[in-house]
Amino acid sequence: MSVMEGRTTSALLYLDGVHVSFDGFHAINNLSLTLEPGEMRAIIGPNGAGKTTMMDIITGKTKPDEGTVLFDGMTDLTRLDETQIAELGIGRKFQKPTVFESQTIEDNLLLALNVDHSVKGTLFWRGNRNESERIDRVLETIRLTDARNRLAGSLSHGQKQWLEIGMLLAQDPKLLLVDEPVAGMTDVETHQTAELLKKINKEKTVMVVEHDMTFVRQLGVKVTCLHEGTVLAEGTIDQVSSNERVIEVYLGR
Amino acid sequence: MPPPSPHSCRGRIVSANFLDRLRAVLLAILLTAAFAVPALAGPFEDAIAKFANDDFSDTDEAIGAVAVSGNPLAFPIISALQEGRLSADPDTRKVFVTGSDGKIIDAATGAAVDKLPDNAAAVRLNNRLRRAVEAALGGLTLLSPDPAKRIAAAQSVFKSHEESALATIDSALAKETNKTAKAAFAEARAAILLYKSDATEIEKLEAIAVVKARGDQEAMALLTGLGSDVPPNVARAAASAIASIQSNLAMWSMVQNAWYGLSLGSVLLLAAIGLAITFGVMGVINMAHGEMVMLGAYTTFVVQEVIRTRYPGLFDYSLLIAVPLAFLVAGAIGVLIERGIIRFLYGRPLETLLATWGLSLVLQQAVRTMFGPTNREVGNPSWMSGAFELGQITITYNRLWILCFTLAVFVILLAMLRYTALGLEMRAVTQNRRMAASMGIATSRVDALTFGLGSGIAGIAGVALSQIDNVSPNLGQSYIIDSFMVVVFGGVGNLWGTLVGAFTLGIANKFLEPVAGAVLGKIAILVLIILFIQKRPRGLFALKGRAVEA
Amino acid sequence: MTPHVLTRSLDRSASIFILVVAGLGLLIPLSNLLLPAGSMLQVPTYLVALFGKYACYAILALSIDLIWGYCGILSLGHGAFFALGGYAMGMYLMRQIGSRGVYGNPILPDFMVFLNYPELPWYWHGFDMFWFAALMVILVPGLLAFCFGWLAFRSRVTGVYLSIITQAMTYALLLAFFRNDFGFGGNNGLTDFKDILGFNVQADGTRAALFALSCLALILAFLICRAVVTSKLGKVLIAIRDAESRTRFLGYRVESYKLFVFTLSACMAGVAGALYVPQVGIINPSEFAPGNSIEAVIWVAVGGRGTLVGAALGAVVVNYAKTYFTSGPLAPYWLFMLGALFILVTLLLPKGIVGTFSAWRESRKATEKANAESAAREDGVGEPNPAE
Repeated sequence: MSVMEGRTTSALLYLDGVHVSFDGFHAINNLSLTLEPGEMRAIIGPNGAGKTTMMDIITGKTKPDEGTVLFDGMTDLTRLDETQIAELGIGRKFQKPTVFESQTIEDNLLLALNVDHSVKGTLFWRGNRNESERIDRVLETIRLTDARNRLAGSLSHGQKQWLEIGMLLAQDPKLLLVDEPVAGMTDVETHQTAELLKKINKEKTVMVVEHDMTFVRQLGVKVTCLHEGTVLAEGTIDQVSSNERVIEVYLGR
Repeated sequence: MPPPSPHSCRGRIVSANFLDRLRAVLLAILLTAAFAVPALAGPFEDAIAKFANDDFSDTDEAIGAVAVSGNPLAFPIISALQEGRLSADPDTRKVFVTGSDGKIIDAATGAAVDKLPDNAAAVRLNNRLRRAVEAALGGLTLLSPDPAKRIAAAQSVFKSHEESALATIDSALAKETNKTAKAAFAEARAAILLYKSDATEIEKLEAIAVVKARGDQEAMALLTGLGSDVPPNVARAAASAIASIQSNLAMWSMVQNAWYGLSLGSVLLLAAIGLAITFGVMGVINMAHGEMVMLGAYTTFVVQEVIRTRYPGLFDYSLLIAVPLAFLVAGAIGVLIERGIIRFLYGRPLETLLATWGLSLVLQQAVRTMFGPTNREVGNPSWMSGAFELGQITITYNRLWILCFTLAVFVILLAMLRYTALGLEMRAVTQNRRMAASMGIATSRVDALTFGLGSGIAGIAGVALSQIDNVSPNLGQSYIIDSFMVVVFGGVGNLWGTLVGAFTLGIANKFLEPVAGAVLGKIAILVLIILFIQKRPRGLFALKGRAVEA
Repeated sequence: MTPHVLTRSLDRSASIFILVVAGLGLLIPLSNLLLPAGSMLQVPTYLVALFGKYACYAILALSIDLIWGYCGILSLGHGAFFALGGYAMGMYLMRQIGSRGVYGNPILPDFMVFLNYPELPWYWHGFDMFWFAALMVILVPGLLAFCFGWLAFRSRVTGVYLSIITQAMTYALLLAFFRNDFGFGGNNGLTDFKDILGFNVQADGTRAALFALSCLALILAFLICRAVVTSKLGKVLIAIRDAESRTRFLGYRVESYKLFVFTLSACMAGVAGALYVPQVGIINPSEFAPGNSIEAVIWVAVGGRGTLVGAALGAVVVNYAKTYFTSGPLAPYWLFMLGALFILVTLLLPKGIVGTFSAWRESRKATEKANAESAAREDGVGEPNPAE
C-alpha cells in the first residue's frame, strides 16, 4: 500500500501516548499501539488493565486526556463522537452482549446495516432487495436463519454473542473491535467463533479482547498484553506467554 | 401664659394627621416643662373626669389635658386607654386604671383600689382618638422611664424632625445616661436642626455629620428630603453624606442579601440533603421525599400539642423532643416504603419516580384526612423567636438556628458516612453496587437503611421548616422541585456538592430577587439550572469513570 | 403519507381503534343534536363536552406514549406543551370577544383593561386571525420542545435527569403564567369566551362539532404515531429506548431522533390543548402544574406504554374514573385511589392493560399453536407415541 499524501502512518489504527484518568486513577497510561490494515490482533490482560477503556477511547465514548488516536492514518478520532466514528467504519461488540432484545433478530440486523441513518431516511425507509439479501447472508453466517423472526431477547447467551457479531458484519466496518466474544460459550461454540473471526479477518481488520487463552491461541495472531493501562508485552502468543512479567501479572505460574 | 390646650385648635386637629397631633402635644409638653408648672390638682382631675362622659370629643380633650399635665400618672393612663384598660364609672365620675398586672388604681389619685365598681365600663376609642392617643404617647415617651420607649420616641422624632420637640430633646439629652438612648436623642436633635430654618450653618454641618454616621435608609431619606433652599456648604456636605450613606447602604444590602441567601440555602440544603442520600447512594428518585419533610413537620405539631395540653412547662424543649421523633417516624416510614415498594423497582428509575409520586399523593391525602386541609399552628419556642440587629441588618433567631442546625446535620451526616460501618457500606454501594455486593455487603439491608436514613433526615428537616413555613399537607410539594434542583446541580452522590449547590442556589436566588423580583428570580434560576445541566449533565461534583454508567 | 405507509400502519387493533373513535365521533354529536332532549339515547351536551375533554386527553396520552413508550424519554412537562397550545387557542378566543367584554374595549381583553395595559402586547398581535392562532398552537409548543430538546439531548441528559428538568420547565412556566405582567391574564387565565370562527362556543352545535373535531384529531394523531412507530424510524426509537449507546455505536445520531420525536410529540400535545380550551371554556396557569403532567404519564402507564391504543384507552379510563369518583361521595378518597393506581400499576401491571392483555393473548396463541402442532403430528403420521 502506498503512503498517501498527508498520512502520518500506514496503520489503520494508531494510538500514541494516550492517557486517561478518572478522578486520579490512571486507567490508561502512555498507551501506544498500532494496527495495520488487514491485521487481526488479540488483546489480553488482567481485569482493570484498561482494555475496555481503550475501546471506549477508540470508539469515542471516552475522551483521552492526552495522546494521539488516528484512524486510517489521518482521522483524529479524539475529535469525533460515537456516531461519527461508527459512520467512519469502526464497529464494536460489547463485553456484555448488547442486542435490541425487544426486536426480532432480523430487525436487529436491519438496524445495523450501514445505510442511510438520518431521521428522514429511516422515516421514509422502504426495504429493498439488496438489503434483504445482505441480511440473509449475515443470518447464514451467524447460523440464525431459522430464528430470524424470534425476539433477540429470547436467544441464548452464545447466540446473542453471535447476533452481535452479525450486527458488526451488517454494519460492514473497516475495523471491528470485539470485546470478549466467547465469554459464556461452550467449547464448540468457542471454536466456531474463532473460525468465524478468522473468516471475517480475510476482509477486515479485527481487534479482539479475550481472556480465553485457548481461543487466542487458535486465532494464531499477534498478541498484545496490557497491564495498568500500558503495553506490557507484544508478539506471538508463544513469545507473550513466556514473558516473565506477563506470567507474573496475568497468566500466573 | 397658660398652656394652650389642644382643644383650642380642635377644628384643625380633627382633620389633621398624626404628625400635627404630635406637634401639638409636644409643644404642650414642652411648654409645661419649660415653665415648670407644677402638677395642678384641679385641671388634671377635671380632665380625668371627662373620660367618664363617654363622649368622643370629651375624651379627646381629656387626652390632650392629661398629656400636658406632667403628672406621673399621665403615661400609665394614656397607655391604659390605648390598650382598653381604662375604665370609668359614669355615676361617681371616677376613672380607674387596670394595670397589665391586674392591679387597679384610681386614675386621679393613683390610690390602689380593690375592685372596679360594678357599672364601670372601658373608655371607648374611635380611630381618630386612637391617633390622638398615639401622638400623646409619642410625646410622653420621650421622657418615659423605660429607655427602650425613649429610644423609640427619639426615632419617631428623627423621622418627623419636629421642631417643637427640640427643647424636650435637649433637656432629655442633658440628663440621659443610657448610651443608646443618648445617641438616639442626638440623632433626633440633628434631624431637627437640619430642618430648622434658623439654625446656623455650623449647627447644620454638625447635624449632617451625625446623620451621616447613622448611615441607614432613614438617614438617607432625611438628607434627600432637605431640598435646595439651604446654604451651598450645607448642600455640598449633604450630597457627600448621601453618597457615603448610599455606598454604606449598598454594602449592607449586599450583606443582607448574602444573609438571606445563606438562610434560604440552609433551608434548601436541609430539604435536599436526604434526597442526596437516597438519590446519590441508591439512584432512587423519591418523589415522596417532600412528604417525609411534611411528616416531620406534623410530628412537631403533634409533639407541641401533647406538650401544650399535658406539660406546658416543656414547651421550650418541644423541638428537641420533636427532632429524634421526627427522624424515627419519617425514617420508619422510609424503611417501609423501601421494603414495600422501591425494592421491587430497582433498575427501573422512571417507574420508581411514578410509584413514589403516587405515594406522595397518598401520604398527602392521609395527612389531609387526619389533620385537616388547613395550616396547623406550630409555635416558636422562646429561644427561636425574636431577632437582633447586626449593623444595618436584622437577623431573626429562627433563621440563625436553622442555619446552625442544618450545618450540624450536615457535619453529623458527613462524619457518619466517613466513620461508621454503615457509612462505609453506603459509600461502597454508591461507588460500585455490584462490587460491594460481591464483597459481602448485604446491599438490600444497606438500601433499606440508606433509604430510612434519607427519609429520617427529611423528617428532621420538617421539624426545622415547621418553624418558618406553614404546616399543611402541601408543605412537601413546595420543596420537592427545589430539592431536586439542588441535588442535580450539586452532583449526585456527593454531599459536598449538595452543600455547595444549596448555598449557591440560595444566594443566587436572593441576589436575583431585588433585580428581577421574587418570581422572575426563581424562574431565572430554574432556567439557569436547565442550561447548566446541558453543560454538566452530572452536576457540579460528579463522579467520573465507568462505574457511574454501569 | 404514501399509501404504503398507511397499509403498514394499520393492523387489526389499529383499525378497530380508528373505527370506534370515528363511530363515536359521528354518533355522539348526531344523537345530541337530532334526538329530543331527555330521550334515552340522547347524549346530553354536558357529556359531549366531557367526552370531548377525554378525546383531548387521549391525544396528550398518545404524545406522551410516543416518546416514553417508544423512545424511553419520560417527560414530566408535557402538560406545558398542552397548556401552551391551549393558551394560543385561548388568545384567539379572547380576541374574538371584541367589544362584548365587561369593559367593552374592542381591542384589549378585559384583564388588560383591568390591569391598565396601554395597548396590546406585541405577542398578542395576529391572534385575531384563526389561521395564525392555529399555526401558533403547533409552532409554540414545537419550538419550545425543539429548543429544550436540542440543548438537553445534545448534552445527553437522559433518564431521570431529563424527567426532572422537564418538570422544572413546566414549573418555571407555571410561575411565569401566574404573573399578571406576563400578559396572559395571570391567576385567572383566559376565559369568558364567546365565539369560535363565528359560532357560539356555548351552543350545542358548536360543542358537537368540537367533539367531532377532537375525535378526528385523535384519529389523525393516532395515524401519525402509527406511521412513525411502524417505520424503520420506529425501530430506531425502540433501539434507543432499549440500548441507547449501542444505537450510537451503530452510527445513529441518537439526539436527532430524540429531538424529532420530542418535537413532534410536543406539537401533538399543543393541538390537544387547543381543542381542550374551547370545550372547557377556560385556560389558566394551573394547567402547567407539575402534577398534571405526571398524571398524564400515569394514564399511559395504566393503558400500556408502547401500545398506542393503550395510551388513549388509559387516558379515557383514568379520567372517567376521576370524573366518577370526584363527583360522588367518594371524592375525598380519589387521591388515595390515584396514588394507589400509580403504585399498583408500576408494581403489578408494568405493561398496562393493553400490554398485559396482548401478552396474554400471544402466549395463549403460542400454546394453541403448539397444541395444534402436536395434535397434527399425532393424527397425521400416526407414529406410536414413544411415551406409551
